[in-house]
Amino acid sequence: MKNSAAISGNSGPKVRSDCEIALELRYDGGISIDLISKVKSLYGDSIVGLIKEVLDFFGIKHAFVKITDSGALPFVIEARLESVVKQLISTQQEYLPPFLKENNYSTERHRFRFSRLYLPGNTPGLMINSGLHSADGIILDLEDSVAPEKKDEARLLVRNALRQINFYGAERMVRINQGKRGLEDLHFVIPHNVNLVLIPKCEDAEDILQVEKMIESIKMKFNLTNDVYLMPIIESALGLENSFKIAYSSRSIVAIAIGLEDFTADLGVQRTVDGKESLYARQRLIITARAAGIQPIDSVFSDVADMEALKLTVKESKSLGFEGMGCIHPRQIPLIRDGFAPDTTEIEKSKKIVLAFEEAKQKGLGVVALGSKMIDPPVVARAQRVIDLAVCLNRLSPDWVKDE
Amino acid sequence: MVMKTVKNAAGRSVPLEINGQPVIPFKGIGKHKPEGRKYSPVIPTCADFPDDGNKVLSSLEEALRKCGLRDGMTISTHHHLRDGDLVSNHIFELASAMGVKDLIWFPSASFPCHEPLIKFLDDGTINRIEGSMNGPLGRYVSEGKMKGTAVLRSHGGRVQAIQDGEVRIDIAVLAAPTADSFGNAKGTSGPSACGVLGYAKADYMYADKVIVVTDNLIDLPCFPMEIEGNYVDYVVVVDKIGIPEKIISGTTQITKSPDRLLIAELTAAFLEKSGILKDGVSMQAGAGGTSLAIAVFISEILKNKGWKSKFGFGGSTKYMVKMLEDGLMNFILDAQVFDLEAVKSIENNQNHVPYSVFNAYNYHSKGNLTSMMDIMILGATEIDLNFNGNVVTHSDGYLLHGIGGWQNCLHARNVILPIPLFRDRIPVIVDEVTTLCGPGEMIDVVITERGIAVNPLRKDLIESVQGKGLPLKTLKELKDEAELICGVPQKPQFEDDIVAAIKWVDGTVIDVVRKLK
Repeated sequence: MKNSAAISGNSGPKVRSDCEIALELRYDGGISIDLISKVKSLYGDSIVGLIKEVLDFFGIKHAFVKITDSGALPFVIEARLESVVKQLISTQQEYLPPFLKENNYSTERHRFRFSRLYLPGNTPGLMINSGLHSADGIILDLEDSVAPEKKDEARLLVRNALRQINFYGAERMVRINQGKRGLEDLHFVIPHNVNLVLIPKCEDAEDILQVEKMIESIKMKFNLTNDVYLMPIIESALGLENSFKIAYSSRSIVAIAIGLEDFTADLGVQRTVDGKESLYARQRLIITARAAGIQPIDSVFSDVADMEALKLTVKESKSLGFEGMGCIHPRQIPLIRDGFAPDTTEIEKSKKIVLAFEEAKQKGLGVVALGSKMIDPPVVARAQRVIDLAVCLNRLSPDWVKDE
Repeated sequence: MVMKTVKNAAGRSVPLEINGQPVIPFKGIGKHKPEGRKYSPVIPTCADFPDDGNKVLSSLEEALRKCGLRDGMTISTHHHLRDGDLVSNHIFELASAMGVKDLIWFPSASFPCHEPLIKFLDDGTINRIEGSMNGPLGRYVSEGKMKGTAVLRSHGGRVQAIQDGEVRIDIAVLAAPTADSFGNAKGTSGPSACGVLGYAKADYMYADKVIVVTDNLIDLPCFPMEIEGNYVDYVVVVDKIGIPEKIISGTTQITKSPDRLLIAELTAAFLEKSGILKDGVSMQAGAGGTSLAIAVFISEILKNKGWKSKFGFGGSTKYMVKMLEDGLMNFILDAQVFDLEAVKSIENNQNHVPYSVFNAYNYHSKGNLTSMMDIMILGATEIDLNFNGNVVTHSDGYLLHGIGGWQNCLHARNVILPIPLFRDRIPVIVDEVTTLCGPGEMIDVVITERGIAVNPLRKDLIESVQGKGLPLKTLKELKDEAELICGVPQKPQFEDDIVAAIKWVDGTVIDVVRKLK
């Protein structure tokens, strides 16, 4: 036995859908539970039953549990309880909630990643409906949004969220911590169908290789065959200098992102709205990504209230060549999605090019022409990409050729 | 009290007697038609009033004494001062000091600021409250602590009860932000300005005695006369009738919750795709954060299409005022105002018209404004699989809200309920509502963040939105989805004792609330 008492989770007037659990191991007297809950009259029996079941699972026969609940869902209560148990006894066992079959999907290497919604990894209230906002990806964050003393309990919560929350088809992503802690984080997420792992503050290809090696060993152990993609985040001058090596270090890398808050701090400059201070870095990252055949992803925009500035930032970001941005609030998602999507002029032009190409192919012509202009193959490829994008975003019917 | 009950037309067990008076079980919508003549107050004579028109007395206590305050009387108040009301509590402090017992408080709504009245319920000064229950008072009633049985009525049902004599007001004590010595009063100006005073109309016309309480006495005439002095017995001037920042919120705000915004967006999309939202539409939306967001999304659609709303019915807010000022709405008809912008607008804009619930919601009116409304946005604490709605109790069985105008508004052409599928693990869609406040046949659409359910009775609506990319589901599907996430809740346990009666808009009893175990 390590200590005899421990505490985990969150409570307080502003906390919702979470609970705080205090556990005290005892030598006799069985299990006694003090439940304070706003949903006691609706779920009191089931909460008490769940606590007893989890304690029994870990072989705890005598204990006092105090739970202060603000409407936590079962998977949250389970994570909080497992967290206190593991502070008090050493065990390799995991109390896993059922894995929702709806979450059993894989994603494509080249899928769109316009909008990825960051969710703090220890705040269950923000997770429950996160899949409803149609982000391309949802990032359960174990890194900067989790307080240092909450890192361990967040792992269990994120693990249970991956199993229990319906993400409605969004790419399932986790941002791990830096270094050794990050490698340990992988044990809690890889076995639970993560589609993509974000690696923060990348400075060296070695960072990637270690993560990749750890993922492979976990996959082997659990007999997993699903792809787990990687997205390094460049957040320092050194990282930027090494970015091509980083981007090229692993076949699993599908995108590379820039984190401008840390990057500008590393340069010792202020981050501004028009972003001159980071223009070179952003452009260089785009070139790196293109050279490595992966997606360049822009930093998050942190002023949630300023939708107009976000609109301008997205416009610039797209024109530079980025293919997506992080979101820190669900309201940013539609703006970012629409911003990176092709506009009507682009779609109309691309339709003409693709049709001309098809026509030339049918006629057996080697050269594609639109009016008097010759069209090169890369132009056709780009037009096709715009069309695919437009169809995917419901801006163009999949049968558009018939409609023409 | 345990009482003999019968099943009413909605299938709920209700008693035939409440507070010693016979009541009529709910018969169905529009079925109950009382006959005879309206109730009338005692006949006054102008010779009994001062020739100079000055009815000002030195204190509320003196006024209550002169009105003959005694045991068992019914005292009415209006709720335009909302959570900033200082007058209601004062009445019962005085009554308690005078040793009067068993009063019936008949407010048009109660607020958390009325929690101090619990001590007058405890000491027997007040026998019961007939009006909306809010927060602490609701809890007190649910625990079976109130001596009499509470009676909850809609705003329109309150006017009905006054007009057909079901409730006879002995003394109406009406707070007035501005008044003159004759008793003419208005709500638009003064330090405790609240906008309109429409909820007081039935009270001053039908009460035997009327006291106007003001903290802003002006020279005759106080104009426009929202309360007409020729109905008023006494005028009392006090230091303060209300706490301004609690009467009117400085500013009403759109919800910031992404989930609520999603529901608002879905609602606007539903209204547009179903064709309910059209040029010339009439609409009502409340002051809740989600409703305000819906109003903003509706405004965008109107603007893009070049359409205009014929009129909106308030509770008005700055968002509705903006629609009026931007030319997206021709008129606001207003029963109460919620923020400072709306107060300013009703004072200055000719097209922002005071319109009392006396006219709009009243069952004994010759016509009903709400049945002329195209879009009605409402809330609910629970909806059951038959679209029945509950607004007064929570799923845990506690009485925590009043009915407000909710029942009256159900008469609109399209009743839309945008509500989250669950609130902190508490599911909103249940097998059977804890308390029935509105029959399911009047509720058309439930819009949640996880899907939209259209009442199967509205075949026309279902047809109009099919294949238009909206997430249409049945209530059963939505309920199952919520329970998959939250778990299946236990049912609250009640005793047989009836602690409150829920009246339908016509005065019949649609349901009762029982004491919690």
